[in-house]
Amino acid sequence: MIWVSLHLFRKTLCCMIAGGMSLSCVSTVANADDSQAAVRSIQSRMVKIFGAGGLRNLYSYSTGFLASPDGHIVTVWSHVLDQDRVTVILANGRKETAVVLGAEPQLDLAVLKIEREGLQLPYFDIENHTSAAPGTRVLAFSNMFKVATGDEPLSILHGVIAAKTKLTARRGAYEVPYDGPVYIIDAITNNPGAGGGLVTNTRGELLAMIGKELRNNESNTWINYAMPMSELTPVIKQIMTGDYVSQETKPDGEDNPLRYQPLDFGLLMIADVVFRTPAFIEVVDADSLAEKLKLKPGDLILFVNDNLVQSCRELRQEFGRLEAGDDLSLTIRRDNKLMTVDALVPRKVDED
Amino acid sequence: MNSRTHRITNLHLVAVIVWSGLFANNVFAIDPAVVEAQQRRVAVVNEVSPTVVAIFSASGEGGGGSGVLISADGYVLSNYHVTSGAGNFMKCGLNDGKLYDAVIVGIDPTGDVALLKMLGRDDFPVAKVGDSDALHSGDWVYAMGNPFLLATDFKPTVTYGIVSGVHRYQYPAGTILEYTDCIQTDSSINPGNSGGPLFNDAGELVGINGRGSFEKRGRVNSGAGYAISINQIMNFLGHLKSGRIVDHATLGATVASVSDGSVVVESILEESAAHRRGLREGDEIVSFAGRPIRSVNQYKNILGIYPKGWRLPLEYRRNQDKKTIQVRLRGLHAQSEIIPGQKKKPQPPGKEGAEKKAPKESEIPAQFAKIYEKKTGFANYHFNQQEQNRILGSLNHWGDYASRNGLWKVSGKDQKGNPFKIELSNEQSTLSYGGKVWKQSFDGTELTIDPPNTGGLLVALHHLRLFMTHHGFLFSEFMYLGTEPLDGLGNRVDVLTSELTSVQSRWYFNDEDQTFLGFDTQVKAGTDEAEIRFSKLKDFEGLKFPSHWVISSGGSQRVEWMIESIELSPGPKPTGKQVTSRQP
Repeated sequence: MIWVSLHLFRKTLCCMIAGGMSLSCVSTVANADDSQAAVRSIQSRMVKIFGAGGLRNLYSYSTGFLASPDGHIVTVWSHVLDQDRVTVILANGRKETAVVLGAEPQLDLAVLKIEREGLQLPYFDIENHTSAAPGTRVLAFSNMFKVATGDEPLSILHGVIAAKTKLTARRGAYEVPYDGPVYIIDAITNNPGAGGGLVTNTRGELLAMIGKELRNNESNTWINYAMPMSELTPVIKQIMTGDYVSQETKPDGEDNPLRYQPLDFGLLMIADVVFRTPAFIEVVDADSLAEKLKLKPGDLILFVNDNLVQSCRELRQEFGRLEAGDDLSLTIRRDNKLMTVDALVPRKVDED
Repeated sequence: MNSRTHRITNLHLVAVIVWSGLFANNVFAIDPAVVEAQQRRVAVVNEVSPTVVAIFSASGEGGGGSGVLISADGYVLSNYHVTSGAGNFMKCGLNDGKLYDAVIVGIDPTGDVALLKMLGRDDFPVAKVGDSDALHSGDWVYAMGNPFLLATDFKPTVTYGIVSGVHRYQYPAGTILEYTDCIQTDSSINPGNSGGPLFNDAGELVGINGRGSFEKRGRVNSGAGYAISINQIMNFLGHLKSGRIVDHATLGATVASVSDGSVVVESILEESAAHRRGLREGDEIVSFAGRPIRSVNQYKNILGIYPKGWRLPLEYRRNQDKKTIQVRLRGLHAQSEIIPGQKKKPQPPGKEGAEKKAPKESEIPAQFAKIYEKKTGFANYHFNQQEQNRILGSLNHWGDYASRNGLWKVSGKDQKGNPFKIELSNEQSTLSYGGKVWKQSFDGTELTIDPPNTGGLLVALHHLRLFMTHHGFLFSEFMYLGTEPLDGLGNRVDVLTSELTSVQSRWYFNDEDQTFLGFDTQVKAGTDEAEIRFSKLKDFEGLKFPSHWVISSGGSQRVEWMIESIELSPGPKPTGKQVTSRQP
């Protein structure tokens, strides 16, 4: 029995060292009623989201939290939102429909809006968030594994912030675009459906949003991480007020004159089928500028005048801003080699 | 031992801190509350560790898991999916390092619970049973057991976490292993933890760990473990002690939630008790067993924690009228669905890696020969006989009924002073009451439910005479069923059941002093029962007999009788051998 207690003590000790002796578990022990009240208050402002998916390994549910009394919901940008409307279940079990108001794929962030008007819902003041040092005890709220339905409260996990660091992760074979700061947590917070859940300290103060399931770049292990609210709040606010225009969702036109298109240079790009179709050349017209520059089908255009183009859409935007007589510099990848070609933007034929 | 522990651990602490060289200045500034909380944890773990059981198959091959002792004479709770892998005879290790023999007692395949009995001591350490309904999400809990079968010295592994959710519903695997109203925790639950206890912060037993949500990370803890609530298990404990394969319940109705959040009856079986009591399609279920119903999961949760056959209050609303009825719950499964081996068993999702196929049904080892008896429908019929003997033994002080198997004459008055007279014999029952005479013959003529609205009092009284004179001997089926609350609301009572042709009876005994409290007789399936309740035991010339009877049926009381005289004549000498063989 001595062995058992020793063993336990050692385990506890490790955790305390990590905690820098500033454990708030004391307050949890001392103020059970307070933390119960904090837990209830958080639960009342969380929602369950049900949307697209349901196929193998593509779960159709996630978590979110209310950011305004009239039904703005913050969650992760994921395939669950890939349909016109998603179902949102409020803490009291009421079912609502919501649409995506805006998304920032760089942050894997989306803001939804409940369609029904005139709501007066309990919500988080997203400006009122805090930060935490490694060692801080935290609680994680999410509907992981879709354990809760209807008015049942979300699952709560407890853990300790193990580190605050930069994210280096990937999803499947792809690098994750976000490489900003994240909290790494010593509990298994990032499960199916947990994305969009919240991490708070034991006083119930807002710290971070649980991200999508990602693997560590180096070890290939799943990461339990959350993105600090300080990173998310400015974008959430912009989306809510309508001031935010994502690069990806920015509509062609309006602030983009679309003066030139790929065809003006004799380029036909591959069909733009997905959100971020890479800018591969499909066809090069005979006797065109492109042919003169020795571009070939299969080349991937990476930069237009030193601006990175991640997709056909971004290429169109870059071309759209060109004017006759501008320098045009294209960096392309062919057979794993980079090459740059330079030309002057020609006057368009119909302008004559 | 405690002070020694602390000395060692303190040295250890200093060593670690100095070695790490980082926090040396803070070492002596530990908040006393932290130290206190930690000492409390150590104390709780020390207190409950002796009750945690490591379970292995008797052969040492096959599976294993965990369990917890709940009585000094050796009753242990575990998971059905642990014992089904380990076989009917097991070895159980405690943290004293000793290995004990154990035998299966009863199983609940639907609820994934098994009761076994450890042998060789009558002073086993016992876990204190807590109240799982008092748990809140956020409460600290300890999961204990033998994950990965790590402890070859049987000292349990402790994982500490919080309650992640309460009243959770987890769908069944196939038709069995449904986790209703269960406790979700982030304490690590891994293969081998199955069957082990979940303790609350005070060291009280609140659940049996048995399942986890596992996905692509492999079958190890993913932060979501589930424990069967101890309150559910306590509802089933009497049934499990009966040595039976016990079943869960259904109302005989399906429900659906509608957009306003209420739950309504979608369809209902006409032969169900709920239908007989007036429940219809479209009625809103307001509460069930005293708990409000707000979602289909809640309805399933509540239904799932009660055994087949319990009678529970159900409140429903039709238009603006609310009505409360008592309904006896139907069985969830056909016997063949839950008897192991009768049907291909579905694999439980949380099935433990260490728990493999059951070892081949071998011969009964010598040390178990006297405490194991095989019988269809039972995990171990031996324990049913033990319970029958315990209860029937209480009738001995009523006198020698075995010899009074001739004509019975019982007479008295109802609460208004109207006389009644009963005559009972092997051939027929006669009742004269209120200027009328009813007769029921038992020569093969069809059984009636006379007098009207009594549920078949004449048949019930005939069965009372058979039961008192011959106990179970004249029935085609007779067994100890378990415990249930009398009439849905009363105290827990022990229940014996009997069957003869279409007639089924339930015999009720106080579960503390085994007083015979009354019985219900159902003449045929789908009819209301005759319900007779006894009180005021009196001496009638050497025989004890209840002098006050209340007779009800169909949810209302029909009559109240005061017995004034009884005349129970001896009949032909009974084939007493079998009868007395049922005595303890």
